[in-house]
Order: sequence, then structure tokens, then C-alpha cells
Amino acid sequence: MAELTKLIHKYLRHAKKFPHVWCPGCGNGILLGSLIRAIDRTGFEKDDIVLVSGIGCSSRLPVYVDFNTLHTTHGRALTFATGVKLANPRLQVIVVMGDGDATSIGGNHFIHAARRNLNLTAIIVNNNIYGMTGGQYSPTTPYGSYSTTSPFGHIEHPFAIAELAVTAGASFVARGTVYHTNLLDELIEKAIYKRGFSVVEVISNCHTQFGRKNKMGGPIEMLKWMKETAVRVEKAEKLTEEELKDKFTIGILVDRELPVFTMEYEKIRQEAKKKVSA
Amino acid sequence: MAELRSGRPLLLQGNEAIVEGALAAGCRFFAGYPITPATEISEMMAYRLPAVGGTYIQMEDEIASLGAVIGASLAGAKSMTATSGPGFSLMQENIGFACIAEVPCVIVNVMRGGPSTGLPTKPSQGDVMQARWGTHGDHPIIVLSVSTTRECFDITVKAFNLSEKYRTPVILLSDEVVAHTREKIQLPHPEEIEVIDRIKPNMPPEWYIPYEDNTRGVPPMAVFGDGYRYHVTGLVHDVRGFPTERADEIKAFLTRIHRKIYQNYFDIIMTEEEHVDDAEVIVITYGAVARSAKRAVREARKRGVKAGMIKLITLWPFPRQALEPHLKRVRAVLVPEMNFGQVSREVKRINQGMTRIEKMNRIDGQLITPDEILTRLLKL
Repeated sequence: MAELTKLIHKYLRHAKKFPHVWCPGCGNGILLGSLIRAIDRTGFEKDDIVLVSGIGCSSRLPVYVDFNTLHTTHGRALTFATGVKLANPRLQVIVVMGDGDATSIGGNHFIHAARRNLNLTAIIVNNNIYGMTGGQYSPTTPYGSYSTTSPFGHIEHPFAIAELAVTAGASFVARGTVYHTNLLDELIEKAIYKRGFSVVEVISNCHTQFGRKNKMGGPIEMLKWMKETAVRVEKAEKLTEEELKDKFTIGILVDRELPVFTMEYEKIRQEAKKKVSA
Repeated sequence: MAELRSGRPLLLQGNEAIVEGALAAGCRFFAGYPITPATEISEMMAYRLPAVGGTYIQMEDEIASLGAVIGASLAGAKSMTATSGPGFSLMQENIGFACIAEVPCVIVNVMRGGPSTGLPTKPSQGDVMQARWGTHGDHPIIVLSVSTTRECFDITVKAFNLSEKYRTPVILLSDEVVAHTREKIQLPHPEEIEVIDRIKPNMPPEWYIPYEDNTRGVPPMAVFGDGYRYHVTGLVHDVRGFPTERADEIKAFLTRIHRKIYQNYFDIIMTEEEHVDDAEVIVITYGAVARSAKRAVREARKRGVKAGMIKLITLWPFPRQALEPHLKRVRAVLVPEMNFGQVSREVKRINQGMTRIEKMNRIDGQLITPDEILTRLLKL
């Protein structure tokens, strides 16, 4: 408890910005806890961290933490983060987005950021719905489920965010949930340490919208659903396709060494200094 | 030295001169997306920036380009992007962000015919109103225009200076003719160029109130990483930068960001006059058309018509005070434009019956010629 109080005082804008905007029981609070524990473990100075977000429930997160914080336009967080990182590569840039933010309106930015492999950490909170606007279907809303804009059942198929990031070329991709908090702390810490574009998809609960529309119960029932549906990547390898049906994997999906944009660009600068004269 | 090609005469096109101007002003970050007729700016930046320790990046679209430019500016780099009509439309969203978060940046729009894909290789002046009102909501903005290669250099430097001084995006309107016309120019020496940098906070971080009003209306701007941890948002915010819904704070904030432009009006407006003192008829013009107008006015003088011209360099805020004294005095005013009449409408608005305003428009992708303007001048 003393440890927790210390973190709250060190990292949160606790005196000014609370209570927060999230519903009671929202997974965003759990993620916020995980994020500051992970950052604390990495040992980076608060002045060197830039926390960038888009628009949506989870994107309200930067208001509450005492870093350099940047709350951008809907879907564009990664583009702003790209500029920050390139202008000052010394800064540790972490981006928090929701599923609609990162993979719908910001989908193009997301795949290109992964391909470009700039040293950024993207945390994508996936609650399968647009929560802030009142429960419309998102790119990760499952087939057949209900939302305010799919009142007769959803007929589109969802993105698998982490798998999309792997295919798009990210250096590090992991998936966690707000139920498996120890794992989540560890995944975020590794993602921040990783040189290159790293992605952590965080399965979260929106009981207010998604849970209510799909009769999944309150926050506790939804956390139980995560506990029962998530399978560790290591364990999943031993299971058959049939056994993995309707399950999702958690853990590190990919961790690979790829050339990092800023280091490659430094070579370009050296080359240009030799070749370009007035 | 790769930094500035000053001292000797150069044969440059407008787009190249914009790059030279940007580098001279201290621009060290450029993000863009290829588009005709602005592409040469990107190409030159990709070549020149790394050599001066800057960064060039080609983004996935124009929305991303301006996003990266704003991010880089927050991290301390003077930043710019360049585009044309379709890309400029995509940028409107983040122009609003730069206005509300007060992030200095320069956006070059080399105008081509529109709407939509329109006329990619033909000149136009169709984006004057979009530059003013393109992004949603009431917002302050500075828009400058260029008509010669030398101006492309000088006004780009000016654009950066105004942007840094007033913490605002500055839009530089060029057009296809200015962009691709090659002219001989001699760039000034670096010491002759006035370069203005944003004011940074010098108080201890715990005393820093990032959006606090002052006499200038422009709060000092901390750079990410300098120890002043603060919040930047596109939501209307209080003086500390945090979202607010309090009516008094909303009003105070929106009033200040407008006031910082209007109270510095005379520092921002730039016009150029030629033969106006004794003129009976004047041409109000800007961009490539100003080149034709200049010739037409000289020709009209030779034929005994007391013609003059006012070239607008600042388009927004509209240089009302620079025009009004002349509108009171002259017999008639001609406003030639490569659109259906965007600046002429503004001139009519401020005229209030003082004189006769005639518009003259070409929307066929062709530059208005000196002869066309002359013919109209002789009939005024």
C-alpha cells in the first residue's frame, strides 16, 4: 500500500485532476496503474517521457499523469508522436489509443508507424466498442454482437489488432488484458524498453456499453470472461485450432530486431553532410 | 557550406526559394506527402535537411504530415509542411489543433485548380477562403501570399517569424505559376536576415502556467523534455492546459487567442504599393496575378491613365487599414483573381460604398495576362 501511495504521488496529477472521467469499474483505471508501475520500473525520468493519446475514453489518460502529455486529434496520435520522436529522439514516447482511434480513423497511421519502425510504444486499449460516444460498433466489435449502431447484430468481421501489427512490421507485439495485471505490467515494461515500434494490445472491459448490450454482466463478470477466454501464447502452441476457437492469446506475439528509423536516419545525415554542398 | 546559398546569384523556382527561406529561418523538420505542384519543396527538403542536422520524413498522407509537424514543433523544432488543394483539405483538422494548442508551424499551399482533384498542373487562387475558414470553429489564423521567387524566400522567413512570435500556424499561399517560374535571385547573407524564435519560459517549472495571459497575449512556450511538464490538448483548456467547460474560462481562452493576432495587426499586415499616391484607379492584387497587374499598371500609365496597384502579401487578417484610405480616394478599384472572386468579396465588404469595386476573374486554369488587366483598366 505504501508502495502504491508513493507511485500515486510521484506520477499522478493527483491533487488537480481527479476524479477521472471513466465509469466505475472501467479497465482504463487498471491500465493506468499498470502503466505507471511499468514506467517506474524502467527508471526513466518524468521529464523524458512524452505520453501521447488520440480521442476517446482511454485517450483521456494523459490528463491524469505528470509527464509531458499530448492529447491530439482523433486517430492521429501516432503522427504527432512521430514528430515528437524525430525532433528529439532522446524522449521516450508512449502512445495510448483506443480500438476505434487506432484501427479505424487512425488505421492507416497505425500500419505505417509499424512499418516505419520508429522507436515508439503504442498501447491500444481494445474494449470492442466506441464507449465515449455511447456504444457504436468499432473495428473490433465481434461478428453477431450488438451495439447502438448494430441493433440487429453486427455483420462485419473484427480486426485482430496485435496480429495486424505483426504483419505490418512492428518490432515487438504483445497482448494482455486488464485482468492479468502482473503480465500487463511486464508487457508494457518490455515494450517501453524495446528499441523499435512496439505494440501492446490491452483487452479491456466496457461494461457500460459493450457488456450491457451483449448481456455480459458488470465489470466483474467481464474480467472473469477475460480470465476464461485468454490463453497464454506458450500454452496456445500446444493446443489445436478447435481448442482455441473463441479464445484469444496473451503474451508476447513477436519480439524481433529490425533497423530503427532514427538510427537509420542518422546514417543519412552523415551521408548528406558529405555529399550536399551549397 | 550546405546551410545557406547566399551571396551569389542563383536561378531558382519559387518552390526552391521557399526551401531556402525555410532553412534560413531555422526550419529543421519537414513532413510531407507528394502532390503536384508542391512536390519540389519535399524533394529539396529531403536533400537539404539531413545535411544541416534536420529531419525530413514522407508521411502516409497530409493529415499525418501536419500531425508530425505539430509534434516536432512541440519538441522544439521549427517545422513545416507543403501541399496543394487536396492535401490542404486533409490538413484542416490539424490546422485547428495547431490554432487551439498554439503550436507554431508553417503550412505551404501551392494552389492549383479545384474543387477536388481539379487541375493538378494549372494555377488557381481558389483557396483564399479555405485558408481563412477551412478548419471548423472560430479560430485566428495568419495567411500570407507570394508572387515572386524572391518573395518566396523572404515571406517564408517572415511566415516562420510570425508563427514563432504569435504561437500560431501560418499558411503561405503560393500558386502553380509562382512555384515553377524560374527567376534569378541573390539570397541575402544570414546576418541580414531577421530570425525570430519562440519565447521560452525562464521561471522555475513549478511557477510555469502554460496558457496564462500576458500583455502580448502570447504565453511563453515550453519544449517537451525541458523540465516543464504540461498538458497539450485540442479541447478548450484553462490556463494550465487542462480541459475546461467553465463559461468564463472558455470565453477568456478564445478571446485571448483571437486578441493575440488582432492586437498585433500592424506587425502582421504587409502590403506593397506602386504608383498609388496620385492614382485614380487601383488594382488590388496578390500572388501570380500581381505580376501581370504590375505590367498592366505601368502600361496604363504610359497611356495617360493614373493607375496604381496594391499587392496584398498578408491576406488574413485582411489588411483593411492599408486599403481603406485609398478606397476613400480613388474612382474605381479592380480586383483580378484566378477564382470566382474571393478577395474581391472581402474588398467589397470593407468598401461600404466608398468607391466602385470591379472584379475580374479567370477560372480556366490560365494566368490572367497583363493585356487583359490593361484593357479593363482603360475602361474603368
